[in-house]
Amino acid sequence: MTASLHHHPDGATLMAYAAGTLGEALSAVVAAHLGTCRTCRREVRLLASLGGGLLESLGGEALPAPDQSPALPGDAPPVTAAVDASDRMPAIIQRRYGLKLGDVPWKSMGPGLAFHWLPLTEGIPGELRLIKVAAGRSIPEHAHGGSELTFVIQGGFHDITGSYSPGDVQDVDGDVAHTPVADPEGCICLVAAEAPAEFKGLLGRLVQPFTRR
Amino acid sequence: MLQSSTSMEAAAQWAPPPRPGSMPELLLRIARERSEAAFRELFDEFGPRVRSYMRRQGVDAATADELAQETLLTVWRKAALYSATKGTPASWIFTIARNLRIDRIRREVGWQELTDDDADTIPSEDQAPDETVSAVQRQARVQAVLAELPPEQREVVVLAFIDGLSHAEIAQRLSLPLGTVKSRMRLAYQKVRSALEDLQ
Repeated sequence: MTASLHHHPDGATLMAYAAGTLGEALSAVVAAHLGTCRTCRREVRLLASLGGGLLESLGGEALPAPDQSPALPGDAPPVTAAVDASDRMPAIIQRRYGLKLGDVPWKSMGPGLAFHWLPLTEGIPGELRLIKVAAGRSIPEHAHGGSELTFVIQGGFHDITGSYSPGDVQDVDGDVAHTPVADPEGCICLVAAEAPAEFKGLLGRLVQPFTRR
Repeated sequence: MLQSSTSMEAAAQWAPPPRPGSMPELLLRIARERSEAAFRELFDEFGPRVRSYMRRQGVDAATADELAQETLLTVWRKAALYSATKGTPASWIFTIARNLRIDRIRREVGWQELTDDDADTIPSEDQAPDETVSAVQRQARVQAVLAELPPEQREVVVLAFIDGLSHAEIAQRLSLPLGTVKSRMRLAYQKVRSALEDLQ
């Protein structure tokens, strides 16, 4: 799959991800992409070494030894759901939410359009959604208060910024208004936004009331 | 160990730090021999740095101490996950500190994983036989890239990686348009990538 990937997160997005400043929703989409993209995984690793180099340059007073002895038993294994590798849902989403692609409780948003919101930590700005668009249908034209990252899970879509296939990421700034249209096989995406989308036009205004949680 | 406490605020005046050349070896001794002496050395070397990092996130001194101690204890517990082919010890310790910061200070769910090779089906690279040497070289190369970054790019990189500011917060802090911050980030990213990509 890696060889066919054409769209990756923007360099500035990867920098923020590596620094740990991207925010929960957008980071989820980058993490999903890293699961399929070896190139970006390497680059995030390179960027972590940048953080390491900066850490080396910091000084400070000696740190007091902790009360605990270092010879403690290891961490309890993290509680995560099992991953079904044959399922198209990104492994990291399966682990966090225990959700497979066939089990998503879709909420219809109108003809050929369904959403499912994935919960974020309470009080965190932004939103994380799964979106299912039927063949040839479009998501109403919308703009954003902040960045939007879209990861293609299945099928594909195209808009003024290009064509996107499974594993690709669309990374658009807040000021880009776009109308993604699903390919003939339809499209399922993981979409993160720093701020909720603002829809335009008649259909957009009809969808709008449902898109605010 | 005699690390200058010069603040990174003067990002323009970059001087590569004295490099602890034995770090990769220390970490491997911790992983393979569970050497407490090696851990003590690593703790003395990185403890102050990790605490400074935590302080830069805006937490009080006691919290910074706790988080730095926890970071170093995690290094001890998870040393076996460290692989010299995946980056410098400093970068590995940075990722542990960063993940702890996301979890404890920002109280968000972190998606960044400590190791990335268990997340998918792609096999990890074989461990290079001269891994210690390559990790030391890696450290030197990273410092060289940081020294070569133009000051305005280094400034935004430091504000993100060390001060934990988002692009929008950096724009606010520096009174710059968000687009300018992003383009400086992008330029720094391209420089780092072209300077270090052969290391991977």
